[in-house]
Amino acid sequence: MAVDDTTSQDRTASRDRAGSRGRSGEPVLGSPAARREGHAKVTGAARYAAEHTPPACVYGRPVPATVPHGSVTGIDDSEAMALPGALAVLTHENAPRLGEPDDPILALLQTPQVPHRGWYVALAVAETPETAREMAQAIRVDYAEEPHDVLLRADHPGLYHPEEANGGYPADQETGDFDAEYAAAPHQFDATYTLSPLHNHPMEPHAATAVWEGGHLIAYDSSQGATLVGTTLAALFGLEPAQVTVVSEHVGGGFGSKGTPRPQAVLAAMAALHTGRAVKVVLPRRELPGVVGHRAPTIQRLRLGTRDDGTLTALGHDVLTHTASFKEFVEQAAVPSRVMYGAVGIRTGHQVVPLDVPAPSWMRAPGEAPGMYALESAMDEVATALGIDPVELRLRNIPDREPDSGKPFSSHHLADCLREGARRFGWERRDPRPGTRRDGDLLLGTGVAAATYPVYVAPSTASVQVLGDGARPGYQVRVNATDIGTGARTVLAQIAAEELGVELDAVRVDIGSSDLPAASVAGGSSGTASWGWAVHKACRELRESGGSIVTVDTATDVRSQEDYARHAFGAVFAEVAVDTVTGEVRTRRLLGVFAAGRILNARTARSQFIGGMTMGLGMALTEQSTLDARLGGFVERDLAAYHVPAHADVPDIDAHWIEEHDPHLNPVGGKGIGEIGIVGTPAALANAVHHATGTRHRTLPLTPDRVGVSGG
Amino acid sequence: MKPFTFERATSPEQAVSAFAAQPHAYFLAGGTNLVDLMKLGVEAPGHLIDVSRLALDTVETAPGGGLRVGANVRNSDLAAHPAVRSDYPALAQALLAGASGQLRNLATTGGNLLQRTRCPYFQDLSAPCNKREPGAGCSAREGATRDMAVLGHSEHCVATHPSDMAVALAAYDAEVELLGPEGTRTVPAAAFHRLPGDTPERDTVLRPGELVAHLTLPASPAGARAGYRKARDRASYAFALASAAAVLALDEDGTVRHAALAFGALAHRPWRARTAEEVLVGTRADADTFARAVDAELAAAEPLADNAFKVPLARGVAVRLLTGLAEPPQPAANRSAGV
Repeated sequence: MAVDDTTSQDRTASRDRAGSRGRSGEPVLGSPAARREGHAKVTGAARYAAEHTPPACVYGRPVPATVPHGSVTGIDDSEAMALPGALAVLTHENAPRLGEPDDPILALLQTPQVPHRGWYVALAVAETPETAREMAQAIRVDYAEEPHDVLLRADHPGLYHPEEANGGYPADQETGDFDAEYAAAPHQFDATYTLSPLHNHPMEPHAATAVWEGGHLIAYDSSQGATLVGTTLAALFGLEPAQVTVVSEHVGGGFGSKGTPRPQAVLAAMAALHTGRAVKVVLPRRELPGVVGHRAPTIQRLRLGTRDDGTLTALGHDVLTHTASFKEFVEQAAVPSRVMYGAVGIRTGHQVVPLDVPAPSWMRAPGEAPGMYALESAMDEVATALGIDPVELRLRNIPDREPDSGKPFSSHHLADCLREGARRFGWERRDPRPGTRRDGDLLLGTGVAAATYPVYVAPSTASVQVLGDGARPGYQVRVNATDIGTGARTVLAQIAAEELGVELDAVRVDIGSSDLPAASVAGGSSGTASWGWAVHKACRELRESGGSIVTVDTATDVRSQEDYARHAFGAVFAEVAVDTVTGEVRTRRLLGVFAAGRILNARTARSQFIGGMTMGLGMALTEQSTLDARLGGFVERDLAAYHVPAHADVPDIDAHWIEEHDPHLNPVGGKGIGEIGIVGTPAALANAVHHATGTRHRTLPLTPDRVGVSGG
Repeated sequence: MKPFTFERATSPEQAVSAFAAQPHAYFLAGGTNLVDLMKLGVEAPGHLIDVSRLALDTVETAPGGGLRVGANVRNSDLAAHPAVRSDYPALAQALLAGASGQLRNLATTGGNLLQRTRCPYFQDLSAPCNKREPGAGCSAREGATRDMAVLGHSEHCVATHPSDMAVALAAYDAEVELLGPEGTRTVPAAAFHRLPGDTPERDTVLRPGELVAHLTLPASPAGARAGYRKARDRASYAFALASAAAVLALDEDGTVRHAALAFGALAHRPWRARTAEEVLVGTRADADTFARAVDAELAAAEPLADNAFKVPLARGVAVRLLTGLAEPPQPAANRSAGV
């Protein structure tokens, strides 16, 4: 059961007063309350999915395909099964039959088909993890290989226009007449930007422990949403949702890769069914790129037409990307160009080619992170070409209404973010000339980029119950939210305490189990808005009714929202040093200023912002993934080869926010903060590299092989 | 992981005889590379002989200069040793440029020398690799070659040696003391690692059953200055894209009296740049000389599809390193300001 360990010591409930204050007199909501599970985490008491070990638990180890495309023609498990402690080898020939999944990546061990290298073709089950690993290495799999193709290229004949891109957005869209506006523009700009695949690599690898108790399936799963995992497992195994319990009490990051159910939970449940034992499956780090999604590579062409003053008349954003042969996922990188700037003619489109690659999926700010890299790099190029300050160029192009839809914005404070960021960064002292600041062998430069991320909210349910006696009551909030390291558990307690008008420690929050009231996934920066809305509603109804327990559903509230364009905005400023001897780019300063509605917890919000910015730094400077043309599959598959930033890469990072009061959001007032930090950072850094060196690189990451030796 | 037997060695001699007594025996020291490779299935020892507790853990200074370093001295300790810091700065810098603090606390001097390549195809059992399985073929050659060798590679193997420390040792003319079934012998550090040729499965000249016991470093040439420079994708915890260690001593008129230069990340072994050294010695130490010398060395480079950048990168690293060493030492700032 998912329970936080808050103890009630001094509960001073005053249920007739909304808007509680802590002992210091500060409002509970917005205060930098410490993580409720922090003590449990740093002392090791918090248990993650792989740390649940039911009695007689055994261990599963998957076997990845070693061919890039084809089918399994034979599996010889005799050597593996002869090992002491070997229990079973599951393959497409003997694994439990599953219902047809909505997500084809979950059709595990159902057919001999191999759509890509790394696809799981078997699962070894043994008494110990060591034996299971040895079994997996001893299983002989024969394949019939088929031709394969894993490389995205701009002239690929398989590119097509999909109907929709990720998020349900129309893949292609035009406002005004882009061609005419672009042709007539006094200044035309046309460039193409290229991004490699990227990998989520949360600190906690994907893991699940499953056990069947009678006809009831219990799964401890590392997931961003136990409700969805539960309904998915129920459908796959032909169960009623009530026959499945999924627990995701503590989750060590996900960045989107745990936002959809992943193979570990299905494999563990299948093996548990097959063996009659509790089964634990921990996916090895090196196998994650093959089975938990990745950010698809993109080739993005930006065409901007402007007047002499830099105001845009035409904005064209064409995205080429890849998907898997067996599943269409289209990284919606052109979508932010429908939101940001008020050009007269805007055309945005996506083309995708199915390749023999693992299925791409969500990675922190899908669409916005790669798309805003391209758009904000192009804006910087226009600013340089026209001799306009990059901050000023953006200010001149902020639209009155959302360009794409014509809807009013619920709130829009990009200009404030740019101005506040410029002030804090010391932007006014910037000499715009590129390639002119030297410090020994180093060239120094600064850059800016805007950020945006949409406000998503999903229906959720929640309950609140009065505990204890009437004089000093406590409150138990129950909602199947997931805290993937964001501080969700803490913020939900703050929301409840505020609305109930009680001290924070009078509120107990139970999250992370599908037995709790159903809630949406921790994704799309929507968690706090979605769950918080339900918690707020439950607490309000409890307070107003005077009852002892209330359960609510926000489906109707969410559906009846007013018709506004809702987006968070931000501005990121960066300073880099480029070594002219080696081409090494190192960050000197990184500053983000965001407008994301009401900030509910100053401590965890800052952590989210700078965490996102750090991930954007990796995207800009260090994180490279390569598909091997001959073998298929990704080359960089561990954390020694796939370079997420180390501490030494992030010497000075800071985040601030604008106090933004948006009455058109949700009762809690937040826009979501999990993703916007990554969005502007890559372009800000890339623009700073141009400012430092005078050379424009349009492919990330900006590693020494790309930046090159420029003198010294 | 395949089952294996384990014993803890009681003396270097006992370790060597234990090795001879067991099939598929491996010595285990810090374990930072071998254990990883065992998990991956790349190495499958039948018997592990733990040598990490042997008393090969001291750094001795020789009376006339020079060091003798036990094979079990941890990388962190060696980097922090006062004699290393003062007399062998390139070694201290190279050690600190490697891996992470946690790994350096575990990794030993001997183990650092014997670490295997990080070629991703070597680490992937499903990719053919001549180093892992002689005759299987080389996946790297036609694969992702950005991090591969540009010097001394063969049609059978294009892997690089990952050590930073070994590059500095090559430049310092260090020697490796080996203890084997037939007694002790000494091998120059610069000749300890091999080029792949048609036997890429052999990283070093180590004979079966030989244990790395000590390293010895000769006294630095009088007036020599030395340094290590490493270029990498991220500021910490990344293998080199190119690196260089140099020891340089000049006569009073600015003529090069002694020059030793070694490159890392360019080849299957630390690449001692003898051709460059020949150009340097007896020549006036200036940027043109350094560029000419380094170019003479790198003329032998044969880049692969994705790693041509390594040649100018290595050139830049080495020339800048040598140029810095040739500059007169800067007086310490504000030394006499008085506080």
